[in-house]
Parts: sequence; C-alpha cells; structure tokens
Amino acid sequence: MHGGRTSRSREPIVATELKKRDVVIIGLGAAGGVAALPLARAGLDVVGLEAGTWLNVDDFAPDELSNNVRGWPQAVQKANREIPTQRPTASSPYSPRLAVHPTMNGVGGTTLHYWGQSWRLNPWDFKVMSETRRRYGASRIPRGSTVEDWPFGLDELEPYYDVVEREIGVSGKAGNISGRIDRGGNIFEGPRRREYPMPALRGTEFTEIMAGAARKLGWHAFPGPAAIASETYDGRAACAYHGFCARGGCHIRAKSSTAVTTIPKAQQTKRLEVVTEATVTRLDVDGNGRVSGVTYLKGGTEYFQPASVVLLASYTYENVRLLLLSRSSAYPNGLSNNHGQVGRHYFSHCQTAAVTALFPRDLNNWYGLPAQGVAVDNWADDNFDHAGLDFIGGGNLWVYSDRRPIAAANMNTFGRVPRWGSAWKAFVRENADRWNTAYLQKTTLPYEDNYLDLDPEVKDPLGMPVIRMTADYKENEHRIAAFIQDRMTEWYTAAGAVTVQRAPVGTMAPSTHAYGGTRMGDNVETNVVDRWGFSHEAPNLGILGASVMGTSGARNPTLTAQALAWRTADYLVKNWRNLS
Amino acid sequence: MSDDTPARLSRRALLARAAAVGAGAIIPIDLLRGPIAEARAQGARPLADAPETLTQNEAATLEAVCARLIPTDANGPGATEARAARYIDRALGGALSASRDAYRANLAALDTFARASKGAAFDQISVADQDTVLRDVEAGIPAGFTPGAAAFFNLVLAHTLEGTFSDPYYGGNADFVGWDLLGYPGVRLAVSGGEQRMDRKPARVRRSAYDHAMFAKKRPARARNDARRPHKPFA
Repeated sequence: MHGGRTSRSREPIVATELKKRDVVIIGLGAAGGVAALPLARAGLDVVGLEAGTWLNVDDFAPDELSNNVRGWPQAVQKANREIPTQRPTASSPYSPRLAVHPTMNGVGGTTLHYWGQSWRLNPWDFKVMSETRRRYGASRIPRGSTVEDWPFGLDELEPYYDVVEREIGVSGKAGNISGRIDRGGNIFEGPRRREYPMPALRGTEFTEIMAGAARKLGWHAFPGPAAIASETYDGRAACAYHGFCARGGCHIRAKSSTAVTTIPKAQQTKRLEVVTEATVTRLDVDGNGRVSGVTYLKGGTEYFQPASVVLLASYTYENVRLLLLSRSSAYPNGLSNNHGQVGRHYFSHCQTAAVTALFPRDLNNWYGLPAQGVAVDNWADDNFDHAGLDFIGGGNLWVYSDRRPIAAANMNTFGRVPRWGSAWKAFVRENADRWNTAYLQKTTLPYEDNYLDLDPEVKDPLGMPVIRMTADYKENEHRIAAFIQDRMTEWYTAAGAVTVQRAPVGTMAPSTHAYGGTRMGDNVETNVVDRWGFSHEAPNLGILGASVMGTSGARNPTLTAQALAWRTADYLVKNWRNLS
Repeated sequence: MSDDTPARLSRRALLARAAAVGAGAIIPIDLLRGPIAEARAQGARPLADAPETLTQNEAATLEAVCARLIPTDANGPGATEARAARYIDRALGGALSASRDAYRANLAALDTFARASKGAAFDQISVADQDTVLRDVEAGIPAGFTPGAAAFFNLVLAHTLEGTFSDPYYGGNADFVGWDLLGYPGVRLAVSGGEQRMDRKPARVRRSAYDHAMFAKKRPARARNDARRPHKPFA
C-alpha cells in the first residue's frame, strides 16, 4: 500500500494500486484533452481519467428537448451530482441551486457541446493592472479588486495559441498578422504569426445586414473565430449549419472537440490510455509534500494510480474542490493551499444583461449556430478611451444565427402580450422568427470577497462536500453592462429593429466561463500556480483550465485555457527530469 | 373561439370510455358513433389516448389547462391538436417523473379552486372562467398549491410549450402543428447558404430527428416502461 495515504472513512480502504505512470491527467475535456497530445508525442506514459464516457456521432440527434431543455441526458453526468451552491455574499441567503451543472462529463468534456467560439485574448487582458495605471492612474482599479497582471504577455502565449488552433482546427479571419492590420478580421487583436488554418464560417443575410449597420455606425464588424471546421480538415467534414450546435454534439465531427482531435491523435501514439467512468476522489501526497498519485472510483472499486506528475484538469469548480478535499499533514487546508489561495480570485464571466431586439420582418434565423455570427470589438477591453468613464474594461458584441422552436416559443414578448392565450399565440405566430438576442461578454474582475470554498452542509452522493460559490458582480461590472447595452441598442436600432429590451445583470452564478480559484502568478502569496501552471507548493502538480486565469477578457475562455494547457505540457516535457 | 363559448364537451366521459376500451384496443363502433363523432362534428379535438401516468380526472383537467394556454383559435391548431397533454402525461412517467407529485397535488388544487370560485371542476366551467382562474393561478393568488400557485403555473406552461413545440417523437407537436404555428421549417441534417437567406424560406421538412437512420438506434426513453435507453441525467 501507498504509505502517505490516509483514508477518509472510518474503515481503512484497501484500494487497488495500479502500475505507476509518468503522468496522470484528471479530466479529458478542453484542457486535459489538449495537454495529452504533446505529452504522448514526447513519449511519456500518460493515463487520462475521465468521469464520463465516449460519445459518438449517433448520440448527437438534432433534438432540442434532449439537448437544451433536459440538460444533456446522453451522458454519465457526474457534474450534476456536484452542482455548486451559491450566494451573492457571505452574509446573504443562498440562491437556488442550478438544476443542471454548467459543464458536462464525457471524453472531450464540454467541448462536445460548446459553442466553439475560439478567441485569443487581446493584449490588454494580460496587463489590466499596469495598463490601467499607466493610462488612467492607479485610482481607476476598482475598489476591492485583487486583479494582477498576468506573469507574461500575449507574446508569450502566441506560439501556443498558434499550435492549438492548428491541432484542433479553428476557423477564422486574422486581423493582425505580425503587426500588419487586416480589416477582414479583428483589428484590435494582438499580433499573430499567420492566418487561421481555415477561413471563417460563412455569414448569413441577417449577419450581413448587422455587419452593414455596424459599419454605418463607424464600428468594425468581422466574423469571429470558431473551433468548427469551415471546410474539410484533418479528415473531418465541414460544418453543416443545421442549428443544433448549442449544447449539441456534432453529428459529422465538424466541431473541433478534443474528443475528435487531440485525444485520438494522442491515442494513436500508443502513449495515452483513456480510462472512462473514473471518479477521482482525491490527490495523494507523500511525506515530502509531493503528489504521489490519484485515488479514483470506477465500477464500485477504488483504485490508487501512482504517477510521477499529476495534471489537474477537471474544470474550475472541481479543480478547487479536489484540492480542498485532498487534505494531508503537509497540506492541512487542502493541497497546494498553505497560503490560503485555493478558491480565491474566483469570478464567472458577466454574460448576462443581454439585449433582445424585435425586427419588422422574418430573419430566417432557424438554422446556423452560435459561432456563425458577426462581432464588434470596438467596445471591448481598452479598445476605446475610458478617460471620461467610470469603469475599466468593456464588452464584445456578438450577433449570430441560431433558433430552435421551443426557444422561439419562449421568446421575449416585449411587454406587448401575456405569456399565454390567444393574444400570445398570435404574437408568436407573427414574431417567432423576428427576434434576436445578442451575446455580450464583458470584462469581469476578481474581488477580495468573491471566492469558492467547500459547502459546510451540502454533499454529493459520495458524502463529499460540494463547492460553495460566494460571489457577485460589483459596480465595475454593472457599469460595463449598462454601457454595453447602450452600444448594442444603437447597433440593433441601426439595423432596423423596431424595439429592444434589456435583461438585468442578475447575480453571479455557476457558469461555463468560470475563472480563478487556482490563479497563475509569480507571487506565492496571491497565486496557487507559477507562470508555467505548476503548484507553488507541490512541485509535481500542474493545474490546467480557466481556473489559472486571472482576467476574463471579453470573450470565450476555452482557446486560452487550451493554449495554457499546451504550454504547461510543453514545459513539463522540456523539464521532465526536474519536475518528475 | 370566443370567450363566452359554453363549456367544452366533458373530457372526463370520453377519457373514461377510452380507458375502459384500453389503449391500443379496437374502438367499438358505438363509441365512434357517440360522443367522439359529436365532438368531431363540433370541431373539438380528437379523443385522447388513455393516460399512461395521470389519472382520468387529472388528465381531463390538464387537457383543459393546455387548451387555454395555447388555444385552438383563428390562428389555427393549439396545444390540444399538438397533444401537449399526452406529451406531459408520458413524460411524467419518465424524464419528468420528479414533477409527478406536483401535478397530483396541484391539479387537485386547481379543481378545488375552480369549484370554490366558479362552482364546478376546472374542465366543466366556461373558457372565460377558465381563463380567469388561470390568471389568478399565474398571479399566485389561490392558496392550496404546492409550493405555490405561480410556480405550478410556470411548470405547466413550460411543459405545455415543450409538448407543443418539441420533436413529435415525444408524443406532442402532433402532425407538426407546433412547428407550423411558428413557421419553423423543420429538422435538417445539413443547411445550405441559400437556405439561410431571408428572402425565401426553406421548404418545410416534416420529420422527427429519430426518423433519421443514424439516430434511430439511440432514441431516448419517452415514458416509464420504455425499453429504450433510460434517461439518466444523474446516473
């Protein structure tokens, strides 16, 4: 038996001890599924533990009820047993728990059914603290925010963005190739070494009308990047635009999920073993404070998987939870938590405060996908002068073609009719295809009093506490939201909308865009992992995913989490002797 | 259908007879000549199947609620023709089984409230009175609902929308009447650029997702005794 392990239960558990491996990856989703590839290619002996199962093209029926209403019933859903509890502040009552966890389990994780938007962060996102001080003064950093600059800039991450865009397959249009601005793409993006591996997804007549309206306003409109094949790529088919991409798996493998890209490529090297339906319960530690391996349950049996290096890649909430649950004499408050930073600097992306428009004609938005759209980045990050404003950061405006019937019937009625009855029926009959809701992703900062910890009462069926989220949007987020809603209203109005309605900001909730909790940075006192993604305290523990990100930017986190994962894996390969 | 239409034909009698005959059994001639024929002649909805999960009374009340939420009117068929109540009844034995108790308690509470405020069971009062009752329930006014009237209203409304606009595979959206109401052109596995233009709508496809061969084998369960792959979101 492994010496340093202590059992949670009263009875000593005799776990089946497996053969020691070089690297064990906890979670084969967006981040773990990417990291497996460079490790396997380097010849390391890698095992990936995944809570879910393999899913195939025939699991992905175009069924709105199954995908969008009933919460992804196709798969083993460990996540749904661990939905975080939530409350806005430490002194406020708990909010209702979500009915369905924001992410899912399965080989490929949430990349199976995500929207696939695959942005690089803008340069400002890495330097929020120093750039704000330089341009506007230190007083403009919102009170109570714990934001720090990243330990490196966009230039450091660029090679990893580049390799991930090619290995998984990202479609898009470059806006800045080595400093040369191309107005076909995002003119605000940082320099990239070359064009995207595939052209952007096609537009629709509606997105073209929206792009024209943006240009009329003097704004820059462009197609966004997507981890979805716009043409045949690596033997996978091009997108069919069938309209069931949001929370739907791809029936033709056009979506560049790690399940159909990096994971099978890693398996081809014969150096990656995939273990499905494996529920990791703790990370184990030896007498020297090094991680010795991982304990997991599969089919009613407990296994101990020893490894030289452990990469924790199970998504923000579960990363934090597994660390806090893995208490030992070396780490009495949870693994890598001797500085009390695990769970701190948590934030979920402000994507609420949407704007919905009603147009005077049918838009034919019945097909397409959330990644088939048009972006405006003029009001994101520090792409505009904030001197006369009372906030920092901003939002990316995104309009896309995507509509399904149950959602259409649940449309906003703009206060014109009741929610049911003949008047409602007449309204939806006329307007079901005349509305559009913009996706507005906005800068969200970490604050002292926004954090994750273990819920003192609520437990999963194994008896382990779930995560408790104590977090809310602050003044800066509310001001951005109002400002961005004004811009979106201008845009819809310029495109001919007859009315718009603004949704409230609401409170921060568990999200598919959950950041922090194991933040990356040079300062050991305020960060859990170093600039390479390895624990400041347990040197052979790497952490992957958006839990290491200290800022959100105004765009989807997945590609950044994947670029960071590749970078951590690359560093591990190059420093194997020191780290293992 | 105007609001002062007399009470609809009693659903309870029809459902009781249907149950007596048994689901799937041959319907006797006299039944076809009787109330069904009358009902059809007067434009009422076709006879429902015997309920799979709900009791006769519950099913009758639910049918009446669905009929008011998405009425059959000058804009065409509604939740009745879509058979939204059949969808709900089936789903309460499967994917929505967690809501079975809420329906049991609150359909009874609805009848109690209808009797107290309008003098008869919900499916026996006029549609104008039904609408008044439902507006009160929506506003959370009557007591006796668990956890509350407004919550139950929201639950039934959500399920009625699902039953009217979901894939017909699940028992609702019969004859695609829900999708036709919205102008949804239907499930396609591939969509061309031309089919995303605004000036001409794609032709309507009337096909369930599970009519496509590649998805037929892994159809999700529809009801309690469905032998198909079980619904296991929390497995």
